[in-house]
Amino acid sequence: MPISRRFVLPSPTVHNGNNQVLKTPLYNFHVQYGAKMVDFSGWEMPLLYTGIVDEHLYTRQAASLFDISHMGRIEMRGPGSDDLLERVCTRRIADMHVGQSRYCHICNEQGGIIDDVIISRFDDHCLVVCNGGNRLTVKEWLSSHATGQVRITDTTESTLMIALQGPDTMSFIRRITHDELGDIKRYHFSSGELMGMPYTVFRCGYTGEDGVEVILPAMAGQLLGGFLAQGVTDNRFKPAGLGARDTLRLEAAMPLYGHELHTQVDSISAGMAWCVDLEKDFIGVEAIRAIARKGPNIRLVGLRIEGRRIARPNAVVFDGNQKVGEITSGTFSPTLQHCIALAYVRCDYSTVGQKLAVEISGKRTEAVIVQLPFYKRPKQDAKP
Amino acid sequence: MSSNPKDRTYSKTHEWFQVNDNIVTMGITQYAADELTDITFVDLPPVGSTIEPGRAFGEIESVKTTSELLSAIGGEIVEVNTALVDQPELVNNDPFGVGWMVRIQAADLSPLDHLLDSRAYDEMIGRDM
Repeated sequence: MPISRRFVLPSPTVHNGNNQVLKTPLYNFHVQYGAKMVDFSGWEMPLLYTGIVDEHLYTRQAASLFDISHMGRIEMRGPGSDDLLERVCTRRIADMHVGQSRYCHICNEQGGIIDDVIISRFDDHCLVVCNGGNRLTVKEWLSSHATGQVRITDTTESTLMIALQGPDTMSFIRRITHDELGDIKRYHFSSGELMGMPYTVFRCGYTGEDGVEVILPAMAGQLLGGFLAQGVTDNRFKPAGLGARDTLRLEAAMPLYGHELHTQVDSISAGMAWCVDLEKDFIGVEAIRAIARKGPNIRLVGLRIEGRRIARPNAVVFDGNQKVGEITSGTFSPTLQHCIALAYVRCDYSTVGQKLAVEISGKRTEAVIVQLPFYKRPKQDAKP
Repeated sequence: MSSNPKDRTYSKTHEWFQVNDNIVTMGITQYAADELTDITFVDLPPVGSTIEPGRAFGEIESVKTTSELLSAIGGEIVEVNTALVDQPELVNNDPFGVGWMVRIQAADLSPLDHLLDSRAYDEMIGRDM
């Protein structure tokens, strides 16, 4: 059995500007918990600790800790930085108030997606959180469109970022902090200082569960590692790796850059018209308006696939003998216990209930288009 | 990582073979199972089918990847581990024991002579293939 050296999550572009693989400030924590480490976006990251499926299910039923320090963190300040963000982002930035975060796309002139990012407004700057593999691209894109006195600071390597996700997360946060942090609204954040250490706590998420993301200075890594180890000992949460993060986001039908999103696809085809404000002016808006006007040729859909074979990226989707689309991500859903996949298919084959077939290992396997997301978390009061 | 059992031989492609009279039991190694991550499905040929040495005869589906299963020897499949249908995770948990895959009535055992013993295999994976 030749073992493929490719990982589940191939980074679309691996770039730190050099060939060095970076370690996050929580590297020692990962090693302590026996993580299987892989190179992802130029960072040595935990793929799993005990097993992808265990970590996935634990996130759905309790809470998991993810190191997401590899994600790019770029601060923008100075006169003109708001105008710059307004020009490159697909949603309005000007009306964001301090303490608010907003998901949007950054597009090229053709409407192709350069990255999907979260913008957060602080009182003296805006923070752009981008995909790890796109950090240099995004930085270059921002710099090349900057005018005036915009100052762009990459704080990725001087800070760390973790996510706590799962139904037990918020009660844990309320237990260890003041009420304000436990009551942050979705897509908002709170920042402050603890013993002279600046912290920011966001409530966004990439698993389909409720939870928080926390940014701290990189030098807090060792201290945080000890605190997190105590949390694991006390059964507050368990560590989870990138493998579970990928299967969790796929069940929640959240796109992954390099799979569902890339420069050859636009936000409308990706089914994300909600994150594009066609009323405002931004780079790529003309192209996207044209697509919105005449309708996209392809659309991102969710497939439920028969059997236990996993449809991998680039697997071909058929209607009869006609090729009508291609898989972007697929897995065996640990929560639903059947195979799921995301695919771009021709618009005339993209309605829910449409029966199709996917070619997996040379065999046609039955598939049907289902409503997205595959998984939606139960209402808060469902869990005592 | 604990060392590999001494009572069997290993292929460079991470399968193990254990001979009992003319019946060869086959599975994959712990190293392979760990590399594949969580195994979600094992596709094996039915009892009675014939397999050829060096040819792919089955597939292993894991969260990470799809991998072909190769046999160093040819012969007839006389038993398939049906427990793997409902519990493919047995391969991750106990690949040298209850996670075995098939039993083969070997036509010729001599290809096994060219395989690695446990020490040679330990060394090979220690070198990070």
